[in-house]
Amino acid sequence: MIARLLALLAIAAWPGAAAAETVAIVGARILTGGPAGEISAGTVIVRDGRIAAVGAELAVPAGARIVDAAGGVVTPGFVVADSTLGAVEVSQVPASADRASRSADISAAFDLSLGLNPDSILLPVARLAGITRAVVTPRYEGGGDRLRLFAGQAAVIDLGQRPDMVTRPRVAMVLQMGEGGAERAGGARGAAFAALRTILEDVRHFARHRGDYDRGGGRPQTLSRADLEALVPVAEGRMPLIVQAERASDIVEILAFARDQGLRVILDGASEGWRVAPAIARAQVPVIVDPFANLPHGFAELGARLDNAARLHAAGVDIVLKAGSGAAHRARELRYGAGNAVAHGLPYAAALAAVTINPARAFGVADRIGSIEQGKEADLVLWSGDPFEPLSQPRAVFVRGVEQPLTARPLELRDRYMAR
Amino acid sequence: MKRIGKLAGLTLALALAVGAAAQPADAPFASTYQRREAPPLAIVGARILTGTGADLADGTILVRDGRVEAVGQGIAVPDGYERIDGRGRWVTPGLIDAHSHLGVSSSPQTPLSGDHNEGTAPNTAEVWAEHSVWPQDPQFRLARAGGVTTLLVLPGSSNLFGGRSVTLRNVPAVTVQEMKFPDAPYGVKMACGENPKRTFGARGRSPATRMGNVALFRRAWIEAADYARRIERARSSGGEPPRRDLQLETLAGVLDGDILVHNHCYRADEMAVMIDMGREFGFRIGTFHHATEAYKIAPVLAREGICVATWASSWGSKMEALDAIEENAPMIHAAGGCAIIHSDDATLGQRLNQEAGIALAAGRGAGLAIGEGEAIKWITANPARALGLADRVGTLEPGRMADLVLWSANPFSVHAMAERVWIDGAAVWDRADSRYQAPSDFLLGQPGQGAPR
Repeated sequence: MIARLLALLAIAAWPGAAAAETVAIVGARILTGGPAGEISAGTVIVRDGRIAAVGAELAVPAGARIVDAAGGVVTPGFVVADSTLGAVEVSQVPASADRASRSADISAAFDLSLGLNPDSILLPVARLAGITRAVVTPRYEGGGDRLRLFAGQAAVIDLGQRPDMVTRPRVAMVLQMGEGGAERAGGARGAAFAALRTILEDVRHFARHRGDYDRGGGRPQTLSRADLEALVPVAEGRMPLIVQAERASDIVEILAFARDQGLRVILDGASEGWRVAPAIARAQVPVIVDPFANLPHGFAELGARLDNAARLHAAGVDIVLKAGSGAAHRARELRYGAGNAVAHGLPYAAALAAVTINPARAFGVADRIGSIEQGKEADLVLWSGDPFEPLSQPRAVFVRGVEQPLTARPLELRDRYMAR
Repeated sequence: MKRIGKLAGLTLALALAVGAAAQPADAPFASTYQRREAPPLAIVGARILTGTGADLADGTILVRDGRVEAVGQGIAVPDGYERIDGRGRWVTPGLIDAHSHLGVSSSPQTPLSGDHNEGTAPNTAEVWAEHSVWPQDPQFRLARAGGVTTLLVLPGSSNLFGGRSVTLRNVPAVTVQEMKFPDAPYGVKMACGENPKRTFGARGRSPATRMGNVALFRRAWIEAADYARRIERARSSGGEPPRRDLQLETLAGVLDGDILVHNHCYRADEMAVMIDMGREFGFRIGTFHHATEAYKIAPVLAREGICVATWASSWGSKMEALDAIEENAPMIHAAGGCAIIHSDDATLGQRLNQEAGIALAAGRGAGLAIGEGEAIKWITANPARALGLADRVGTLEPGRMADLVLWSANPFSVHAMAERVWIDGAAVWDRADSRYQAPSDFLLGQPGQGAPR
């Protein structure tokens, strides 16, 4: 209780923890991504950190600060999936990175929502690209234990740079299958499926016999207690499993395996997903797509194409776009990726959904963010033009109703050397 | 009429060849590149960014015998020209990627496919990138679809002297000689900073520090100068020349000014040290590559006439890249320098135009008034200069080699597609015509190849 009080006091003292104010963003073209659709000239009212109202003809409440958005475009804040924002500063400086566990005993139990850094200089950079939330997702690093099949658990965070930055912890478990999974399991795809089946059996046995386990009884287990515990919600179909796989045949096998085992799956990568798009749609499995992935970089990606997102969407799959192959420093490429997906056939509204409401839905936070709807947390971006165009820039960014400074360390460097 | 045109073209070609630092006729591994004959063509009514700074609305460009014949507004199209409707479209020079590893770091990546870092010693100036190039690398076609017509393929940066570069025409080919840009000068790849010291420091040998990097550089230049002196002495006195040494030959070529220096170097302070080292040994650095801190010394680089080949977006991968800013190229440009947007990456290399757009937007955001006509130089005229080819490619001026891209929209937009691409006046890419989309040998029989990708 005292600890909690101290924590709250600490949060209140956090620099820049501005109080949410009442704001009216007036005169913008609004792409709500919600039931209100597109409003050609409208108003968004923000109060107490939430969206109080959105519409074409709204009265501005007394005392509200007015943001003149004429000529601009307002979108929901973007959500970047498969990111490590807050968990890395400099990629090649290991001490600055907390995105991977190399422990043999902490694989599935690795919880990325713990140990994040709200002061990361990457967060303002991503925010300047209209990103207000991230699905931070554990990585695999190093060789490690052969049975370290799982990278850990992802979380949804906000980019408002507050200490309580976690929107929702433990939203999904990360598992690499396909080529990488085969390597991890001892060199073959079949071994990876066998290992996964064994682990799920162990987890279910563990869940039924926790008492025996704690008394030192039960049967031998392949994983640590912490990892087994972390996997219980996965085995019970409550926590989605982010499965990284590229080849069409890998995808089909994973869908079948998930159906047999009662697992909820989110596919990540799926370069050849377009070849089996109807099967993915039937399974109602969302797919995280890298819109720039078209290199035949491995034997599992020979069919990679830039219209993957468009084709998956056309088949009825919920797609989520990611940026910079998942590199945190490259999060700001998300909007360009969305634009390129549009250029390769994805309808504009679907591209917007793929960086807003779709990730929110896939990771269980669609009741709070992902669209401009009354009652949702006010993550909003006012753009000078088409948000997917490099030549457009954000004019204002709100995270949970708090307007963010349009600054970042690179801009401070720029200004220092421009002035010389 | 036809004969006169051809004769004029031939004279021009000779004049250009004389003007360039041409390789000797007996140069080994000589180019066998052949310009493909194509009928004359005219693109009419397009917005044309010529690469010279000009931005022509409703422009016309005429191409004949592989060369730009005329470009401007209100030009009549002679009979016999293929007429291409450019209305609503944009034309630029073919894009030039000043930092590519296509063919040497190929797709697919397999345990033995990495052919770009010899890296077995701090100095491997003796290796030539062209001896690693795999012309069937599927990435060449993807770059072609992104409007890239010329590439500087470099060895990697794991050591101080990575080896010689090779300049390629981005045409489908079976041998590297068929791709080699005729009479393009050679370059040598040098690397400062973290990469060489990490590679060799980890092996417990020099260089393990930045000062070690520079000491080994200087030792190499001392040896190269000595080698050049011994050759010169033998030439003037008729004595026995030293045994041919491929490593020293490349470095002596730099001291002679025949081989261009392409220097991977991130930090401003290290670039300043490299400039001074060039002075110490009497060579010029042609281009700093990556150069993420170039903006900190923009006036120096402009004054020295050193090109800066960089990104807009990439940053933070390592300490020496931490201070990268999107405005790097525009700030070099504004200082009067030679700014280049490069890729160093097969994915980014398909969208050099968009990367330049990101830099352009950042520059404008910083208050620099830069037009599209200027910004296009970052991926055309300026890399041509860095490659020693400014008199041949990179601009749309009469007499230049007719490398062009017809874009569906403003090339700095995410919506812009390279609809058609020409090299030396011959079509090499057409998004609407599958004849130009053939995959490399490697991808035959693989899924999903019947599309532009």
